[in-house]
Amino acid sequence: MARSVTTQRKTLNTVIAWGIGLLIFFPILWTILTSFKTEAQAIADPPVWFFFDWTLENYRVVQERSNYSRFLWNSVIIAGGSTLLGMMVAIPAAWSMAFVPSTQTKNILLWMLSTKMLPAVGVLYPIYLIFIQLGLLDSRIGLTLVLMLINLPIMVWMLYTYFKEIPGEILEAARMDGAGLRQEILYVLTPMAIPGIASTMLLNIILAWNEAFWTLNLTAARAAPLTAFIASYSSPEGLFYAKLSAASTMAIAPILIIGWFSQKQLVRGLTFGAVK
Amino acid sequence: MGRIVLDKVTKSFGDVTVIPPLDLTIEDGEFTVFVGPSGCGKSTLLRLIAGLEDVSSGAILIDGQDATSIPPAKRGLAMVFQSYALYPHMTVRKNIAFPLRMAGMDKAEQNRRVEQAADVLNLTAYLDRRPGQLSGGQRQRVAIGRAIVREPSAFLFDEPLSNLDAALRVGMRLEISEMHNRLQTTMIYVTHDQVEAMTMADKIVVLHAGHIEQVGSPLDLYRAPKNLFVAGFIGSPKMNLIEGDEARKHDAHTIGIRPEHLSVSSSEGTWSGVVGVAEHLGSDTFFHVHDTGLAETITVRVDGEISFKHGDRIYLTPRNDVMHRFDKAGDRLP
Amino acid sequence: MATKASRSAARLMLAPAVILLLGWMLVPLTMTLIFSFQRYLPMRGGFLDWVGFENYVRFVTSSAFWPAVQATLIIVGGVLLITVILGILLAVLLDQPMWGQGIVRILVIAPFFVMPTVSGLVWKNMFMDPNNGLLSHLWRFFGADPIIWLSDASMASIILIVSWQWLPFATLILLTAIQSLDSEQIEAAEMDGASALSRFWHIVLPHLARAITIVILIQTIFLLAIFAEIFVTTQGSFGTRTLTYLIYQRVLESQNVGLGSAGGIYAVILANIFALFLMRIVGKNLDR
Repeated sequence: MARSVTTQRKTLNTVIAWGIGLLIFFPILWTILTSFKTEAQAIADPPVWFFFDWTLENYRVVQERSNYSRFLWNSVIIAGGSTLLGMMVAIPAAWSMAFVPSTQTKNILLWMLSTKMLPAVGVLYPIYLIFIQLGLLDSRIGLTLVLMLINLPIMVWMLYTYFKEIPGEILEAARMDGAGLRQEILYVLTPMAIPGIASTMLLNIILAWNEAFWTLNLTAARAAPLTAFIASYSSPEGLFYAKLSAASTMAIAPILIIGWFSQKQLVRGLTFGAVK
Repeated sequence: MGRIVLDKVTKSFGDVTVIPPLDLTIEDGEFTVFVGPSGCGKSTLLRLIAGLEDVSSGAILIDGQDATSIPPAKRGLAMVFQSYALYPHMTVRKNIAFPLRMAGMDKAEQNRRVEQAADVLNLTAYLDRRPGQLSGGQRQRVAIGRAIVREPSAFLFDEPLSNLDAALRVGMRLEISEMHNRLQTTMIYVTHDQVEAMTMADKIVVLHAGHIEQVGSPLDLYRAPKNLFVAGFIGSPKMNLIEGDEARKHDAHTIGIRPEHLSVSSSEGTWSGVVGVAEHLGSDTFFHVHDTGLAETITVRVDGEISFKHGDRIYLTPRNDVMHRFDKAGDRLP
Repeated sequence: MATKASRSAARLMLAPAVILLLGWMLVPLTMTLIFSFQRYLPMRGGFLDWVGFENYVRFVTSSAFWPAVQATLIIVGGVLLITVILGILLAVLLDQPMWGQGIVRILVIAPFFVMPTVSGLVWKNMFMDPNNGLLSHLWRFFGADPIIWLSDASMASIILIVSWQWLPFATLILLTAIQSLDSEQIEAAEMDGASALSRFWHIVLPHLARAITIVILIQTIFLLAIFAEIFVTTQGSFGTRTLTYLIYQRVLESQNVGLGSAGGIYAVILANIFALFLMRIVGKNLDR
């Protein structure tokens, strides 16, 4: 709305919004701050805010004692792998439904969505059993596959809504201009689809990174990603707040950054294109 | 060369027949306009010629060669789309050069042709911009540029002016007509706007529900519409169509008289009525006349200087030599 | 553009996704269905007997069932109420002109990107711990006795944690929906003399109705399945054992697969009821 608002009103909005924003963000801020404190400072009453001896000690300890980088690496492989693998299946599927729709397209899309609604706990044991049979339990490849499958519907949907926005007339124009299927995909479709593909991948990495049902139940020591590593702090020994904070900060930092870049796409992806 | 023949072409989507068997010949160099209300199948017909849709049966011949199963790119036709369909990620130069690049033409020749086209279309200053930075009229020119560089045997236009504002539309209409005069290439132009059809066409094809109602030059259609549909569609304001006793006096089910073929008087005439709305265009004035004793409101077109006001009594006399008569089925009586 | 050649190519490209998802859905679901009719105890040799619907009956008649249903309803209902109401208010607030709007947005959205195990543990230890948690410091500062959050107010605690995670989702979607409201509509209402409150009530809220429904449905489906937040905090004790957690315990902790599978089928049916509504809305959207 092109409308001038009184400065007073705007100031009031700003103060309230920033207050609420900081309140909501506070647990994350506090975690980050605590990760730089000593364990004693971390539980001090009254709490210490900014004026303490900032230390990187916790990060060093977390890495040394629990081999943090291995869990990080597992997370990277599982989230990245499931995303790449999923895209290889989802891009052709979404492409075909968006550009060569049939009478069944709508039903297929809705059915795919319904598989996403399947409660994981309902199929926990069968998957567990299959994983034991195939030797996939506590393996990165097994978890990568499962995460790919649970997020595949979202990937297809999101790509579908992006592809749908590419006007069919442009592809027809390319065809009239003499482009074959290969050239059409290479010179026209891909450049126009890249933003959509990129945001789909970002959202999927976030979802896979934070997934905490299958990662907790299908891994033990070898393939455990960060979600499972952090869960090991639920039965701690001694003072551990600062170390928990350091581990948590490292686990959420990459995703916070990716997430902030893909706010808009998040809405589209998580509502299956129903809200844009 | 670009002589296009449609031989008993049909198109159906599933159970729905959009185009029943249809024959049409478009001569080389002709400017043909497909006109009709929305949903009449005119765009579908164009897309069948382009090869963007498969025909359900029948054949399409381009320059005597059966093109029915030739893919769109190989038909030697160029198309200008309603939405312009420019490639948003390419500059104007690359957009125009795209068909040449696809044809594997060498870079120097590509550049020469692009620059020539840009010169003709006044696009030289914009060659390095992207479509998003251009106005509607400029985008339209880029789309035309992309079509002409290929030197196609025929141009296909799918309602190319419908996204432009009124003033620009008139300008582009002239430019396309001039282009046709210069290139003398076959052009097929789809529109729902009968003014565009009348002003641009050598030959108008009036379509209605997939059928061809009439084919002819603009003046043929104006002078001798074959049926009620064409009579009502061609001409602006619309022809007055009168049924009932008045029509029976002329041995017809319906008579048609164009608004410009009625003379007016303040004292005497065949019909007398009351002026409802008077639309003053300056050069002309349209009166909508009620209470004439006929069921229909009669529209009259007169010189802009003749003045009647709302509520004035007016007398109308039709010119019998240009009256159109139709039978019960809506077909023209001789 | 649909020519015959492109049709068959399209089918081929769609096949892998369909086959994979079909397998992913049918195989485990069929197994669960089969297990649910068996006495199946892996610790005692696996399959013991076919028992018909006994597991289904036992699951709903066990003393743990109704408390679990209650816990599930309270958590899902509580979180929905909090996130939708606060989400609408926050969305309206964030839509107002202010300085640093982008940054506030980022601050508000951030919790959604925190993995469930982290948010569970950070809240449990650093905020809700009765000795060292920040909230108990706060209570003591005001001279009150700290609350032992996760046992004395276990439900409220879980609801607080989960709401904190999902409020950003609701806010973000509702904000997107508000921003899609045609400003001319608001201006027309203003010309018609509607006050700010009645503009919100008669125009903004009805415009949000669809987005609110979507938020409710999607959140319900995810909230019915929350697991990690409970796993790292109360482990289902102090009345926080939801249906999902109960089934999980039956299957993996007490290794009664038959019973757990019957519960799993109940969960599938429950989720499908909500999914059906969601798919209706999304499906309508596809036709546009």
